[in-house]
Amino acid sequence: MWKTILRRLLIMIPEVIILSILVFLLAKAMPGDPFTGSINPKADPEQIHHLMKLNGLYDPWYQQYWHWVVHLFHGNLGNSYQYQEPVSRLIAGRAGNTLWLALFTMILTYAMALPMGVFAGRHEGQLPDTVIRVYTYVTYCIPFFVILVIGIWVFGYILGWFPTTGSISPNANGWAQTIGSHLTHILLPGLLGALFGTVNIVQYLRSEVIDAKHSDYVRTAQSKGVPSKDIYRHHIFRNSLLPIAAFAGYSITGLLNGSIFTETVFSYPGMGLLFVNSIIYRDYTVITALVLIYGILNLLGTLLSDIILSLVDPRIRID
Amino acid sequence: MAENFAQHSNISAADLDRLTREAQAEATPSTARIIWNEFKADRPALISLFVVVGFILFVMVGALFIDTPKMMETNIVNYFNRPLTAGFPLGADAGGRSILLELIVGSRNSIGIALGLTVISSTFGICWGLISGYFSGYVDWGMQRVYDFMMMLPMTMMIIVLVTIIPHYNAVTLTLIFSIFYWEGTSRLIRSRTLAESGKDYAAASLTSGTNRWKIIFRDIMPNISSLIIVDTTLSFAENIGVETGLSYLGFGLPSQTPSLGTMIANANDPNNITQYWWTWLPAALEIIILCLAISYIGQVLRRAADASQRQGTAD
Repeated sequence: MWKTILRRLLIMIPEVIILSILVFLLAKAMPGDPFTGSINPKADPEQIHHLMKLNGLYDPWYQQYWHWVVHLFHGNLGNSYQYQEPVSRLIAGRAGNTLWLALFTMILTYAMALPMGVFAGRHEGQLPDTVIRVYTYVTYCIPFFVILVIGIWVFGYILGWFPTTGSISPNANGWAQTIGSHLTHILLPGLLGALFGTVNIVQYLRSEVIDAKHSDYVRTAQSKGVPSKDIYRHHIFRNSLLPIAAFAGYSITGLLNGSIFTETVFSYPGMGLLFVNSIIYRDYTVITALVLIYGILNLLGTLLSDIILSLVDPRIRID
Repeated sequence: MAENFAQHSNISAADLDRLTREAQAEATPSTARIIWNEFKADRPALISLFVVVGFILFVMVGALFIDTPKMMETNIVNYFNRPLTAGFPLGADAGGRSILLELIVGSRNSIGIALGLTVISSTFGICWGLISGYFSGYVDWGMQRVYDFMMMLPMTMMIIVLVTIIPHYNAVTLTLIFSIFYWEGTSRLIRSRTLAESGKDYAAASLTSGTNRWKIIFRDIMPNISSLIIVDTTLSFAENIGVETGLSYLGFGLPSQTPSLGTMIANANDPNNITQYWWTWLPAALEIIILCLAISYIGQVLRRAADASQRQGTAD
């Protein structure tokens, strides 16, 4: 067990190093220097030259990379040229929003997917199963951003049930109103994300339940006279809980990728929207930091899933 | 062979002919035949197939007759013309451009990129999966680490960063950039099937009799998993439509003067457009939904055809 985790961690090290080099080189290759826009166009070229030199922008790439890594370990991600504040503080202010939305979406996803999966498996081949299968098929096919746009159009603009921009209403006073306002702002994106993110869990759970239905331990419980509700709740469902939990790690990747679209459509001030804005303003210290953070979060998500899976399934373990 | 046979047996030519015909009737029908039977048994699937193929042909041919630069000229007189007005069946956008014409050219661009992306990324993914699955050991280990690394990358972000780096990109470079990031799913699927196939007797026998390994991979194993390849390619085509349109929607795909279904949906980013001038973006959104549903449905039918126990079509 521990061997597996240790080995996974060791593999992660080169991955992170390659990722950081890649991210750094990509940011370097982006057009424009960081002073574009922040300097008066009439400024003395000599002065710009001096500024570039002062910031080490003429050094060879590996030196710049090394400086960047050293700063990284000191928690210094550089300064945002667009916002004129430390990137770490800028991102810390936005990360909360993204993570709350992701967590909320994930909770809703599980809350919807678990009953649906068990229900579909229990009524295999009957009407509820067909309805759920059509639902998963439809939600799987349609590109997510199209749903977001149609969702905000119908529920945000036409019906006016949900706010269409921001993460909090400016009139919210006191903690109760603040939390309430936050919730109403993440409700629609969270619901849409959950409604269209259940496919994997529902399909997995459905096939697990169908397999379990015909297994010996369920037949034993049935012949002992255990009510079928209890069989589903205590025997079958509990058995498939851990592999289902493993999906949480993988779904982090999906949620983070989706956050770029969700936050753009809902003008929700999180890391995804910050990324899109930073690209437009060529704010490459922010871009580098965000790509790195998203990469590392993806890595941790996969790690989490792999560990849970190796707990469940001894065949995956390396001994 | 037939002459040889006639010399050494006393079966008459007519009998031989009859026997051959009987054997052919009993033999497994060809893949194309199975797929066609499956489509005939499922009317919605047949309709989807005609809709998708007909629509793709229509936009490909139709776009040839449209002068794109002229179409993209702004004409303020027609500013936000409503649908069903003279000359504008689907209305006009902020620049007075016909939504219908933009939709045709945009569909051509989006579908073209999705097709290109599917061909490139699937070919690469299939080769990667076959090689990785067949040569187990260090080759497989190394290729799997590359796979893990690619899976870790935040794809959307990387594509956006690459698009901003390349100064003069067009549809071709865009397709190539997307292809870098969209082969992993296919490769994983193909690898696991190749692993199973390479353990079978026919692969081992072929190797023992001295067949070249590459020949075994591409001439023996690949045909055996061809049905999986067909299904996977169809399904990834449906997914790939969402890739370009999504990026174009964010403003990092095709440039705004090149219409795409994504740039058309981006009209909805303006709070005025989204409610007041809904016809500027809704047709493109609905088109994407219908196309994706229809193509995936075709994929489902192909999947059924590939699995004999799920087939609904009867051989005739």
